[in-house]
Amino acid sequence: MRRSLRILHLYPELMNLYGDRGNVLALRARCRWHGIDPRVETASLGARIDYGAYDVIVIGGGQDREQRLVSRDLAGDRGHALAAAVEDGVCLLAVCGAYQLLGKYYVTAGGETFPGVGVFDLVTEGGDGRLVGHIAVAAEGGTLAGFENHGGRTTLGPVARPLGKVLWGYGNNGRDGTEGAFYRNAFGTYLHGPLLPGNPWFADRLIALALERRYGEAELEVLDDQMDLMAHREVIRQSRLDARRGSVRQPGKETGASPR
Amino acid sequence: MSKLLIKLCRALGYAGSNLPGRVALFLYPRILARLSGQCRSGAVLVTGTNGKTTTALMLTGILNRAGLTVVHNRSGANLISGITATYLQACDWRGRMKAAIGVAEVDEASVARVVREMPVRAIVVTNFFRDQLDRFGELDHTVTLVGRGLELLGDKAWALLNADDPLVAGLAGARRGPITFYGVEADADPGEHHPAREIRYCSRCELPFRYLAVTYGHLGHYRCPGCGDGRPVPDIAVTGIWQGGAGAGSLLAVRTGRGPVELAVPLPGMYNVYNALAAVACSDALDLPWQAVEEGLAAFTASFGRMERLAVDGREVLLILVKNPAGFNEVIRILLRDGDCADVLIAINNKYADGTDVSWLWDVDFERLVAGARLDRVTVAGTRAEAMAVRLKYAGLDRGVTMCSDLGDALRVALQGPGPGGRLYVLPTYTAMLGLRDAIRRLGYARRYWEA
Ligand SMILES: [Zn+2]
Repeated sequence: MRRSLRILHLYPELMNLYGDRGNVLALRARCRWHGIDPRVETASLGARIDYGAYDVIVIGGGQDREQRLVSRDLAGDRGHALAAAVEDGVCLLAVCGAYQLLGKYYVTAGGETFPGVGVFDLVTEGGDGRLVGHIAVAAEGGTLAGFENHGGRTTLGPVARPLGKVLWGYGNNGRDGTEGAFYRNAFGTYLHGPLLPGNPWFADRLIALALERRYGEAELEVLDDQMDLMAHREVIRQSRLDARRGSVRQPGKETGASPR
Repeated sequence: MSKLLIKLCRALGYAGSNLPGRVALFLYPRILARLSGQCRSGAVLVTGTNGKTTTALMLTGILNRAGLTVVHNRSGANLISGITATYLQACDWRGRMKAAIGVAEVDEASVARVVREMPVRAIVVTNFFRDQLDRFGELDHTVTLVGRGLELLGDKAWALLNADDPLVAGLAGARRGPITFYGVEADADPGEHHPAREIRYCSRCELPFRYLAVTYGHLGHYRCPGCGDGRPVPDIAVTGIWQGGAGAGSLLAVRTGRGPVELAVPLPGMYNVYNALAAVACSDALDLPWQAVEEGLAAFTASFGRMERLAVDGREVLLILVKNPAGFNEVIRILLRDGDCADVLIAINNKYADGTDVSWLWDVDFERLVAGARLDRVTVAGTRAEAMAVRLKYAGLDRGVTMCSDLGDALRVALQGPGPGGRLYVLPTYTAMLGLRDAIRRLGYARRYWEA
């Protein structure tokens, strides 16, 4: 029997700040390479969604403006349904702005409060300056490498478990050395953009978790990821260099030429 | 003004384009105001995400045709220090300016400061795209910075605003003085919606705009589904476009306050239609003769790496700068229109001037390039060559991709692809382009195509 997985890309046009769609492209391609039939659907504001019918749900990042809309959309029944799907074991990947909205609340630097869904026991507050740079994280099962760019500082509550420990970079708040959070099969992280193509082992982990839930078994072949691993190692190397330079960036400050 | 200071800065000029400006501003903070204030026709600024360099260069060409001597920061040094350095280079040893007018492309974050220093007669705002979020922060912030510059602008100065970009058109609210909107009425590829197109909102209702037509990225004919507010009717508009391929340009029909005109733009692509239109709108505001506009545009030659044609080793090399998704997607459209692009070199650096975050490559529609073009040989290079190779792999191209970390090696390898007389497309980020030009020079092929 040919296995298939239903992938839901939530708020694709609103929450795609910087290449976040790469995660969906990676899931789709890797499913195919694994011989799994990926069925990708999209849904946005006001949609009536049976979240539990999906195997993997992906949400990317957005600016305050988009987060405000999504926070409103997820308030009430829709947010409860999403949280229930997570309880039911649906795989969820929430990046940056979406990660913040899956916590309890996010207070922007401007003082506005966006209520969250509360899947993760964490809160986020806007801080002074943005945490920007390459980041490497020691997570359970492997190293995650990517790029972070966020003004919000996230603090984990007593129940929350971090996705990993920051090796180089800022992570949740630049202070406690944690990055991201996970609960059941839901993962939240500040590693924006192409997290999954940049970390093929983690993409396969999500696919395996989804297969396990749907089919009760999760056998995956090993793919040729040589090129991907070279790219992965380069990001780790650059995160080490960024950490050495290490400074919180003030946006819009004159610091160099910008030939465009 | 100290003659010594000018001499000192001239001497420093060899060290780079920003340093003398920085030193001069430190020793004499009013130096830019003093120098630019001498130009009898004042100064024109060009800002926005994409198209600054090309628009400013087109304007300079038109102004030259109109008989004006122009001081222009053509090196792309677009911070206040770079602009100061440009004026320092242009004045004589006593600090006297010969030029009649200044044309400055200005970094979005520097606009307000430059407006305070310079006698600005007109400011062109091209567009706002997500670009280098690692450096600028969120896009709304960049727009606010430019808006602050417009508020400071004198009542008699013109603002030339792109009607087709909601964020640019929205700046009109910050203006008391005269405004000209420019826009495109003819859509070359009507209604095309790219999956990663940026979304724009009505500032009053917070609702996403609906588009009746899309010209390029999020530019087009938009309207708010709530209050009905939308694109302002442009005062100057392109009403017809006939586009050629990558080697050719476009012919434009333009509606102006002085009647309809036809203009030839020797550069391909929708974004160059906008660049030319912005330059035309600004020329109109400056009351330049149409003959100068026509001739200036027609004689335009590509700036540094923006669609530049070079003869290298008996091959034609088309050098096209790529720097953000909107621009790269437009380049892909040009390649597809060319039909048989077989040999491509993509060089992705992530140094500071390129933007250190290459996540944006995932917003570029490489799927469309791989599906629509004949790609026999693709070479990837630069500090993030591997990331580019991975992006192509996920777009469906995993064979026939050669990776070279060194730009010179990459160029040599890629040049083997097209036979003699063939064409190689080279798509580099900014610092990769500088490196490739160096490599081309070292190989002894620095001549421009038409000089070969
Ligand atoms: Zn409205």
